[in-house]
Amino acid sequence: MEPTKLSTLPGSREPSALQAARKRRSAIWLFFCCLATAFGLTWLVLILGSLFWNGFSGLSGDVFTQMTPPPGSAGGLLNAVYGSVVMTGLGVLVGTPIGILAGTYMAEYGRYARLTVVVRFINDILLSAPSIIIGLFVYEILVAPMGHFSGIAGAVALAFIVVPIVARTTEDMLLLVPNPLREAASAMGLPRAHVILKVAYKAARAGMITGVLLAVARVSGETAPLLFTALNNQFWSQDLNAPMASLPTVIFQFALSPYKEWQGLAWTGALIITLTVLTLSITARVLGATRISK
Amino acid sequence: MSAVVPSLPNLPVKVAIKNLSFFYGDTVALKKVSLPLYANSVTAFIGPSGCGKSTLLRVLNRMYDLYPRQRAEGEVLLDNVNILDPAQDLNALRSRVGMVFQKPTPFPMSIYDNIAFGIKLFERLPKSELDGRVEKALRGAALWNEVSGKLGASGLSLSGGQQQRLCIARTVAISPEVILLDEPCSALDPISTARVEELIDELKLQFTIVIVTHSMQQAARVSDRTAFMYLGELIEFDETKKVFTSPAKQQTQDYVTGRFG
Repeated sequence: MEPTKLSTLPGSREPSALQAARKRRSAIWLFFCCLATAFGLTWLVLILGSLFWNGFSGLSGDVFTQMTPPPGSAGGLLNAVYGSVVMTGLGVLVGTPIGILAGTYMAEYGRYARLTVVVRFINDILLSAPSIIIGLFVYEILVAPMGHFSGIAGAVALAFIVVPIVARTTEDMLLLVPNPLREAASAMGLPRAHVILKVAYKAARAGMITGVLLAVARVSGETAPLLFTALNNQFWSQDLNAPMASLPTVIFQFALSPYKEWQGLAWTGALIITLTVLTLSITARVLGATRISK
Repeated sequence: MSAVVPSLPNLPVKVAIKNLSFFYGDTVALKKVSLPLYANSVTAFIGPSGCGKSTLLRVLNRMYDLYPRQRAEGEVLLDNVNILDPAQDLNALRSRVGMVFQKPTPFPMSIYDNIAFGIKLFERLPKSELDGRVEKALRGAALWNEVSGKLGASGLSLSGGQQQRLCIARTVAISPEVILLDEPCSALDPISTARVEELIDELKLQFTIVIVTHSMQQAARVSDRTAFMYLGELIEFDETKKVFTSPAKQQTQDYVTGRFG
């Protein structure tokens, strides 16, 4: 059966000139919006495509078992991967509790305090601070006094980046927890700390985990703060008190070099980082989505 | 307001509110309100929106303490102890004065934990005894038959009416003495409302109950005494029957007959 058109129903009016003009305007804007989306997506696809094209062929067991090679010989990225994992892990381990505590203060204890406004403002500045500034700062307070670059300085620099991200998402997620839920918990005679730990955190859990994952994704690709702190290391080193390799700095070094093998490893390293960050981001999104649908 | 207890049994006063004024910042929300709340009976607060009835309720467990720039003046005596005393332990007070809110607020955990959670806060019980207490609370809130097979399910998976009864069960489970109900049925359908009202009838055998409601029929159905409030003042407080059939004040008459509000 033919669907009845609205305009053929008895009593309906023919679309006026005004409506026709609106329709045209709508179509034009829609076209521009699609164009802008396509423009943005094209570059993303090109970037991912060239990464896979150049990096995938180098992806082998050697990458994860061999050290970074001297120019002209084959090798892998093990020391860089190890350094990245260790420094990112330490940075997140140190930065996350501080961020969560700060976010909890802002959303729960200090919601109406003037201090919160100040802390939030400073936190936002820190959030958007160029990461090289953070690298320089840690150079001043750690590297210069110690007299040498070190993995620990790298981890501290990354922690400085983690704190504002986690603080912000924790605050935002806790603010989304409806107040009646807190009142209900308080009305049962729960001390404030229990209300936060057992009820508010539970309600905001998925969002808070998302924040931590996003922080991991962000710092695992940071180069600038590591250049001034952990520097780099051609060799296998587990010593946190010594310069440490990391994927981003190795990519930086190898990509700028004239050697074919190094350039190939740089592409492979870039692919590894991108895939890791992509996985983390998608996990974070999925977790975030389950929070909203509940 | 004083003794007006001719036909109802002469029950002891559980809570005595004396000259209570309340302020949101500089705004006065309650003006020298005084009334008694009798043990084992239901007192309803009625009045148009903004009259201060919810504010009055939230003074009784000092809920307002969660927010800045809100303060109360006067006295609220619970068993002759002034709960407005700054030295009052709020958690102890709230374990004696429970509250159920307008919108059901199950905690984001299982049905079982929603109830066990509060009990565990005040008592350390072996698992078997805890199970018994959870069952008793759920039976008390007429919810046991509906949820006994799925105690592990999330409290959020229940219907609105069930969630509200879960909240009542949770409140009852920690054995308070006074239960405050803040428009407990305004988000519920008529059948769930009837269930909750029946429940209130049973609960008053054990507890002192205060209910804020926008539905005059509900006040008439469930309460023994009614306080009519308007613009922060207590206009009339008397037996519900009297307030609804032959109120002393013209304002009360106008409100309960629906001429303003």
